Amino acid sequence: MTCTEFLAILDEVIDQSIAAETRAEIELHIKKCGHCEVVFNTTRKTIEIYRAHELYELPTDLRDRLHNAIMEKCKKSKGPCS
Amino acid sequence: MVATIQSVAGDEGQHPDIALVERVKAGDISAYDELVRKYERQVFRIAQHITQNREDAEDVMQDAFLKAYEKLDQFQGNSKFYTWLVRIAVNESLMRLRKRRTGKLVSMDEDIETEEGRVPRDFADWAPDPEQNYDNSELSEILRKTIQGLPRGFRVVFALRDIEGLSTEETAEALNLSVPAVKSRLLRARLQLRERLSRHFRPGAKPAPPPRQAGSPAGKRV
Repeated sequence: MTCTEFLAILDEVIDQSIAAETRAEIELHIKKCGHCEVVFNTTRKTIEIYRAHELYELPTDLRDRLHNAIMEKCKKSKGPCS
Repeated sequence: MVATIQSVAGDEGQHPDIALVERVKAGDISAYDELVRKYERQVFRIAQHITQNREDAEDVMQDAFLKAYEKLDQFQGNSKFYTWLVRIAVNESLMRLRKRRTGKLVSMDEDIETEEGRVPRDFADWAPDPEQNYDNSELSEILRKTIQGLPRGFRVVFALRDIEGLSTEETAEALNLSVPAVKSRLLRARLQLRERLSRHFRPGAKPAPPPRQAGSPAGKRV
């Protein structure tokens, strides 16, 4: 497996949607290629960090205010059964 | 009327949202209250990722839920309610941007013809647990600024697929893109984010804090 081939299936490797026989090839390539190992580990870490940190929090008071506004608008609208 | 519809909720293998949607269609608005509460944070985050503006995201969130409510009879149940809702939220977000740009066309395809991120250039490894080197607010700022720097078409695919956990097919449906287009954008989004975060996460990337002067106040000196 070449680095280009590895990169082409990087997403599948990260998402673990890869066939067993390809997995062995990938593991062999990563063992031999330090660059691909770094790209694989740090890309996986990138996703993990973004998943673990909520960037746009909705504080409870704002959430309640918006929720109530939505429900008020829906009650005033003709709705789906008009 | 509601009682007969509720019997559908017990069907095996059916997504629980379907029963709620049926109740709303039958006139039970409290079921819509449940759906809004379930997905309001996600819709807000997605709107923020697209508009990058808090007030716009608040407006989009309200408009998207109202529109979904009014158009609920058009929801056929071929996809998940959430995917259908996200698609509405994406369209409302783009409309909001268009308004802000006084009618200029806004799409998901802007600036995606960048060469950045096609192939990795930075092979420096990261420090172990690099996020530990920053306090929470510093880290949030880094993560926000980094993702905000991506072209919109990449940013939104990453947000839906990797942050909000939609499948590739659901992301394609919500964004009206083909599955190969989602895959291609996701790979480039991930590689670009990785490359940009490397500046902060490589060993020794964070400068040491400035030395504190004994007795000097933190405030501005007059």
